[in-house]
Amino acid sequence: MAWANNVLRVNLTEGTTSNEPLNMEWAGLYLGQRGLATKYLAEEIDPKCDALGSGNKLIMTTGPLTGTMASTGGRYSVVTKSPLTGAVACSNSGGFIGAELKAAGYDMIIFEGKSPRPVYLYVENDKVEIAPADEIWGQSVWAADEWLHKKYQDPLLRIAAVGRAAEKGCLYAAVVNDLHRAAGRSGVGTVMASKNLKAVAVRGTKGVGNIKDPGAFMQAVNAGKKVLAENAVTGQGLPTYGTQVLMNVINEVGAMPTRNMREVQFEGASKISAEAMHEPRESDGKPNLVTNAGCFGCTIACGRISTIDRGHFSIENKPQYWGASGGLEYEAAWALGSDTGVDDIDALTYANFICNEDGIDPISFGATVAAAMELYQIGAITKEQTGGVELKFGSAEALAWATEVTCRGEGFGLDLGMGSKRLCEKYGHPDLSMTVKGQEFPAYDPRGIQGMGLTYATSNRGACHLRSYTVSSEVMGVPEKTDPLVTEGKPELVKAFQDATSIVDSSGLCVFTTFAWTLEDIAPQVAAACGGDWTAESMLEAGERIWNLEREFNLAAGLTAADDTLPKRLLTEPAQTGPAKGNVNRLHEMLPKYYEVRGWNEQGVPTDETRQRLSL
Amino acid sequence: MKLVFKLYAGLTDYLPPDAVDNKLIIEVSEHNTAYEVIDRYNVPREMAHLVLLNGVYIKPEDRNKAVFNDGDTLAIWPPVAGG
Ligand code: SF4
Repeated sequence: MAWANNVLRVNLTEGTTSNEPLNMEWAGLYLGQRGLATKYLAEEIDPKCDALGSGNKLIMTTGPLTGTMASTGGRYSVVTKSPLTGAVACSNSGGFIGAELKAAGYDMIIFEGKSPRPVYLYVENDKVEIAPADEIWGQSVWAADEWLHKKYQDPLLRIAAVGRAAEKGCLYAAVVNDLHRAAGRSGVGTVMASKNLKAVAVRGTKGVGNIKDPGAFMQAVNAGKKVLAENAVTGQGLPTYGTQVLMNVINEVGAMPTRNMREVQFEGASKISAEAMHEPRESDGKPNLVTNAGCFGCTIACGRISTIDRGHFSIENKPQYWGASGGLEYEAAWALGSDTGVDDIDALTYANFICNEDGIDPISFGATVAAAMELYQIGAITKEQTGGVELKFGSAEALAWATEVTCRGEGFGLDLGMGSKRLCEKYGHPDLSMTVKGQEFPAYDPRGIQGMGLTYATSNRGACHLRSYTVSSEVMGVPEKTDPLVTEGKPELVKAFQDATSIVDSSGLCVFTTFAWTLEDIAPQVAAACGGDWTAESMLEAGERIWNLEREFNLAAGLTAADDTLPKRLLTEPAQTGPAKGNVNRLHEMLPKYYEVRGWNEQGVPTDETRQRLSL
Repeated sequence: MKLVFKLYAGLTDYLPPDAVDNKLIIEVSEHNTAYEVIDRYNVPREMAHLVLLNGVYIKPEDRNKAVFNDGDTLAIWPPVAGG
């Protein structure tokens, strides 16, 4: 029934492993991946525990469609309590390791405790081994990947690892898999490193054979692929331009957070856009973009593979970066570029390579550098802290330096590794941190896109666009166009996006399919694979259940309605240019209504009636 | 009067070669409509999905109306999305 019905439990303190059947009653309520692993986490840890202590657990989890022939069916997630936010963390990644884990016969791996020494986990179907990682501890993700591939002499080994930043305690460290795909947000890599777990290497050859109704599944999957191929976004836009196509769009609508969100339009946007990635360089006539790339089983293939100009200052003496590697996505290009005021596409691509090499979240990192640049500008941070570096907005050299020291956990890089909230507190200006629940903002200014303000304020993992991407409706008109400057109707819109995304993230599929698919396209695939009564309605209800489960975890962890807010800047300093000129985010017009449509009381707590309705 | 006309993503090819940074300054009259400019550059109307005048969305039913002022910016995309 699509699930492998097998959980691998790894006790790192004892150095033991065991298998157990998946809790199928929970699978019926939470489907898989994000929802189901959050249920396990909520049942098994104290939500108040120290995220970096041995009481926290880290779950690597697949969804029922992971590893199947469904388009984009290669997703996996890392679920834990976040050290950055103190809230629940669920970071989703593509690449190939999720499908490999499923093909090895597992729905999820639950890591418990803390190993007394650095180790990695090796999984080859039923063979599971905890092995010493002393030789790769202190090394980058890429070095660890190479070492493991050499050791096992298996090019098809799929590896997820943490880099030096995670080992040094950077609070937004990622778990990077397949070299340049990442479970990027909320510091899931920091938790992994805190357990002295360097890497997970997986080889699976069993396949995913237990599809409930193979004939119906083939039919549903093929119908879904046809929809993706014929849709202009998933069939043409994303493969050709990637998510970076948004750079010029969002700048034009005046919602491009610029220089630590002081401005809403960036004069250098066109230089770091998708269109710019296609332009031949003056030096060698080659464009930044080499090709697009897809994750396991994906028929969209939005990934970017890029090169840096070999004459660029960042790499001219570093031939190890002359080859092609994971290129800029919109979020990375925005955070590393517009938010720091840097319009040098080679510098951004270099910073992006390094973020992958040593595993940090480029969104949180770029936004933290932006905050540091503002602190530098007002004199709260000086050359004394930076060791002489001029940390100015717009400086490509400063960005490259900041990336290197943060990734290696050296000097001022340790301050940058704390994230924007703790950095701004340390240097006496907490208001300059552009975060919600301690997590940095992504690339949409909520003064220009009102629904995104509510999205950020209520996101269960701190500021995040992927929890309810109302940009789709408010800017792009998918599924239908709403006015980005209006607050009316946004609470309902945000709730609908949050619930739908929660269940897509629990299925094993990529959320980018939803630019073309609705739950009506996804439900037949899930139902045929899993059996049971999965319809668009029941999936949406399960999504709502998952959202409330995450909320309850956060409440139990000590978060309150007071955390459902935005930085003062976005609520009081109006946008100065563009269509949103004169606007702040009007969160107060949306939040009470949002609690109401959620079935929560005025303190943002699910009512008994809501809990009962959702079988919580 | 002058209009800044921008075509992005898959529509870039409809711009003449002298366009710089996806942008062209063109001459329009106050009676011109968004669709007339779109037609002038042979952009298929169904591909002109996101039509922004000074960053503000023009609904399909308003694309036949005279809306331009001197110095305005008209920017157009095919269906696009990201994340
Ligand atoms: S759409 Fe992009 S991110 Fe999603 S699975 Fe495909 S290649 Fe990966």
